[in-house]
Amino acid sequence: MNAMQFGIFTVGDVTPDPTTGRTPTEHERIKAMVAIAQKAEEVGLDVFATGEHHNPPFVPSSPTTMLGYIAARTERLILSTSTTLITTNDPVKIAEDYAMLQHLADGRVDLMMGRGNTGPVYPWFGKDIRQGIPLAVENYALLHELWRKEVVNWEGKFRTPLQSFTSTPRPLDGVPPFVWHGSIRSPEIAEQAAYYGDGFFANNIFWPKDHFRKLINLYRERYAHYGHGTPDQAMVGLGGQLFLHKNSQEAVRRFRPYFDNAPVYGHGPSLEDFTSQTPLTVGSPQEAIEKTLTFRESFGDYQRQLFLMDHAGLPLKTVLEQLDILGEEVVPVLRAEFAKNRPANVPDAPTHAARVAQALADSDSAPKEANAS
Amino acid sequence: MTQHLVVVSAGLSVPSSTRLLADRLTEAVRAELPSATVEFIELRELATAIANHLVTGFPNEPLHKAIESVSSADGLIAVTPVFAASYSGLFKSFFDLIDPDALTGTPTLIAATGGTPRHSLALDHAIRPLFSYLHALTVPTSVFAASEDWGGEGDAFTAHLPGRIKRAASELAAQMRTAGPRTTPADDLTPFAQQLSDLRFD
Repeated sequence: MNAMQFGIFTVGDVTPDPTTGRTPTEHERIKAMVAIAQKAEEVGLDVFATGEHHNPPFVPSSPTTMLGYIAARTERLILSTSTTLITTNDPVKIAEDYAMLQHLADGRVDLMMGRGNTGPVYPWFGKDIRQGIPLAVENYALLHELWRKEVVNWEGKFRTPLQSFTSTPRPLDGVPPFVWHGSIRSPEIAEQAAYYGDGFFANNIFWPKDHFRKLINLYRERYAHYGHGTPDQAMVGLGGQLFLHKNSQEAVRRFRPYFDNAPVYGHGPSLEDFTSQTPLTVGSPQEAIEKTLTFRESFGDYQRQLFLMDHAGLPLKTVLEQLDILGEEVVPVLRAEFAKNRPANVPDAPTHAARVAQALADSDSAPKEANAS
Repeated sequence: MTQHLVVVSAGLSVPSSTRLLADRLTEAVRAELPSATVEFIELRELATAIANHLVTGFPNEPLHKAIESVSSADGLIAVTPVFAASYSGLFKSFFDLIDPDALTGTPTLIAATGGTPRHSLALDHAIRPLFSYLHALTVPTSVFAASEDWGGEGDAFTAHLPGRIKRAASELAAQMRTAGPRTTPADDLTPFAQQLSDLRFD
């Protein structure tokens, strides 16, 4: 078991390679995502997370199909999402899809809830964007109940009532997948994560750290407020973004055309400005290690670190080389360094096995509520 | 009770008549509020950072500081050149980055410069509505300085420029005295139980 989990998250964008002008097909990109996930396991990473998007140029619209396929081709890798749209997916379907995936993957599953990156996704699934936060609140409340109560009677604002409903299959070993709530700006989501004692993932890759420090501190304080533990026992995950080469200048030279044309931040600040203000590191493994270690100073000891490694048109071959360097030269050092001076009361990253053990321990002790909800 | 006056100038040349007008307005306000501290923000120096923020979604440190200063000001003087019948694009881009609630109730003096007095109504047709949207407390007198005003003596309908500057500055100073220093509102986090019960769901 690892105190901290390291992994990668992908947006699944189909972007032309700016150095060749070539755009991969959707088929190539989908297969590349699978190859990248398998490589993640091979180089010793812990987590692969895929986005969920329903608009071009993104391909991963069906995360459990993809993750189920990857589950069959991996042994240890935890399969996750970045993010699952809690606003526009029916919570009944999420409950069932991810419980099924949990069985097939022998528990190697967790999820990150999010609200999507584009307003128009709401009407595509018959929802109203003005209700974004209330949908996230109500849908997750139902999902939480569906995974924990065998028979659910339920009535809410946004979908038809449920009467004597049982979602199937039941979660593996009676223990639902761990849930992270992802947010880049909404304190309401930090509050939601704290209320349930769930994890909070701050995808800090585009914004300077002060903003996220506030959001994470809020989550930690509210986690304690709701009685789940001390603030430093709250479960925090962070994003990061790397392009590595043993020679720092060479890393910059190779990555610059991808950076300059990247869909999200291209044609804006210079690569140098961006690396100085955000978690992006373009440089040597040592530089990546030093930058990532500063996250602990800013946000406290945390549980999960995901890196974005495969976007902006980087060809598969390059991404696989990057993962070799990440797995061989960066993550082992990060594991060792983050373990130093980590207080004993800071929890390890969540795994299914640990959660099953915890559930057993809880049911053996006094008949107290395991969950505050 | 020290109050903080922030002056935003969107002039493009150095020196600029926009900055000159901003300076004159500032002196006139300080004559009435000698204890006020003053901070100038020259948008020209932040032009690249403003464009980068628009495309990337976050400010660099100097721009972050400027946004914070404007958002926490006790009084604001905002001066833009008139381009194509309105505020300059740089001026608008900067105020596009200000949180829509950040200027609520902030005493604000608006002013503009232009080559000809024919542009003067841009203040009331374009610039005042922008600050109305931001809920700023704009004072009734806005000051437009055309090239000819710098040497003019006014006419039958309008006071000369120093007179208008003095009147506008007095109005701003009076509002700042009345408003007093800003209080930062507490974080308005809705507790989760409240979010659930708002949905009648608990």
